[in-house]
Amino acid sequence: MHDESILHVENIRKAFGGIQAVQDVSFSLLKGEILGVIGPNGSGKTTLVNLITGFVRADSGDVFFKKRNITGMPPHKIVNFGLTRTFQVMRPYHSLSAFKNLIVPLNSPRIRRTRSGKLGDRDAVAIDMLEAVGFERDAHVPYKAAGTLPLGYLKRLELARCIALRPDVIICDEIFSGLSMSEITSLIPFLEKLQIEGTTMMMIEHRLRELFKLADRLIVMNFGEKIAEGSPRKVIKNQEVKEAYLGTATS
Amino acid sequence: MRLLGEEKRKKRLDRSIKVRSEGLYALSSWGEMAYLIMPRVVLILGLLVLPLILEMYWQRVLCSAGIYALLALGFDFLAEYVGLVCLGGAFFIGAGGYISGLLNAYFGWSPLLSIPIATIVGAVISTLVLLPCLRLRGIYFAIVSFMFPLFSVYIIIALNAFGSTEGISALANLPNIWVEQYLIIGAVILSLFALRRLVIEDIGVIFQSIKDNDQAVKASGINITAYKAKAVFIASLIGCFGGAYLSHLYGWLGLSLFAMDFSILPIAASVMGGMGSLVGPVIGAFILTPLSEALRGFGQLRVVLYCLILIGFMVYKPEGLMNYLERKYHQFEHWERV
Repeated sequence: MHDESILHVENIRKAFGGIQAVQDVSFSLLKGEILGVIGPNGSGKTTLVNLITGFVRADSGDVFFKKRNITGMPPHKIVNFGLTRTFQVMRPYHSLSAFKNLIVPLNSPRIRRTRSGKLGDRDAVAIDMLEAVGFERDAHVPYKAAGTLPLGYLKRLELARCIALRPDVIICDEIFSGLSMSEITSLIPFLEKLQIEGTTMMMIEHRLRELFKLADRLIVMNFGEKIAEGSPRKVIKNQEVKEAYLGTATS
Repeated sequence: MRLLGEEKRKKRLDRSIKVRSEGLYALSSWGEMAYLIMPRVVLILGLLVLPLILEMYWQRVLCSAGIYALLALGFDFLAEYVGLVCLGGAFFIGAGGYISGLLNAYFGWSPLLSIPIATIVGAVISTLVLLPCLRLRGIYFAIVSFMFPLFSVYIIIALNAFGSTEGISALANLPNIWVEQYLIIGAVILSLFALRRLVIEDIGVIFQSIKDNDQAVKASGINITAYKAKAVFIASLIGCFGGAYLSHLYGWLGLSLFAMDFSILPIAASVMGGMGSLVGPVIGAFILTPLSEALRGFGQLRVVLYCLILIGFMVYKPEGLMNYLERKYHQFEHWERV
């Protein structure tokens, strides 16, 4: 394990029935970096996230977060250590207004611990946070039911839900998917700002062009295995990666 | 609504005060204040006046209506605000009733002591019993919670405990009919407004979030089982109070405290009154219980009439009475030329 590694995954394995979803994957997430995870559909990326964050129990292998073995812990405990995730399929609390969505993370033990018991005006804190991720403060948007918001706002809301937890690590599961180009370009500076502020990020992504701009390192997965790791420049030259994405050359 | 060939149509608009009073309160006159407070005052005064104008027989009916109202409140709260469809109302009644009755029968404790203790102990027991099932969702939780009252009946028979099938009679009654009535009415009003307050507090927001999406709540660092247990505890407090009160109302405890009625009628009351409004189920219970008494003359046939009423509501007014009335109250309508 590296000294500066904040999250370390060792030989993690998960099978669903006869399908090996994740096979002996090991990697380290270094403090302060943005690590991209790419791979074709069904290559086990989301399962990997679920394994790390405790939503799915690993068959074998270990996950260390801040040098603590978190394998097999329930998700809410892991979150309270500072490891958060977004969901690929948006999961807002659709009947609650957008800012009320943030009341939930603001009531987590992690946040309650930081301020002495009472939080003061949580609604105001929540609205500030929404503004930070790009909700217009004076418009109706923060007060609208989350179920009625367009996808771009939902993705921001999902990010805000993570940030409200003041995490050390955010794992973004396809945060760009389904967004328009302009929505993506407005999100990128925000992610960069998060990184500068010291948040470590792991981004699962299909939008390679945007990911290459952001990521310091990449991991490539295929059929549940890690097939390459390194800087974006190095990884795209890798023959195996090309084959995974484009198929085998038949000449 | 517009009929063919007509050049008028009915236009419905929300009153501006409704919009202004949602979340933020920007009231500008006593009139507006009264507009918001009136429905609450009418309900509370109505409930308080009822015992004064009813005859003896209907006063007793009022007491049992209050018990059903408490159960309906608990059911509506769990189903609409936490996402747990709990069909185990009879278990709450049974737990509260047996504990309170036994404390009175074996130790001679007065109802003033045994009712509060039974309320709390009963709620703790109900919560512990339901705790292993809290992982279940939707229909699965409903089925399991439905089983517990049945389960308890057979345990009591099998162990031949607590008076077995005979029950225990001659428990202490409450001092007089006025205490009986106002105790239950006070409990209904208190639980109703406490719950309405609770659901807009942070804990209520978390309950609602668990209903909407429990995975995201987990991902927000919240232990959902602990919160569901809190919700069940709150609902069973209300239910167990009803049970404890019931055993002293009849001065008797027995297996019929676990009767199916206590699980089913509150649901009917909630459907009729309007799910998710909290006040609806209370009103539903205060309509359905007297109704089923009034229909007693029809014997078994009353169940049919009862079902017809329910089906009617489900088909023609699925939102229930209260949600309908609330909408009407907050809207004004006028005809306008097309």
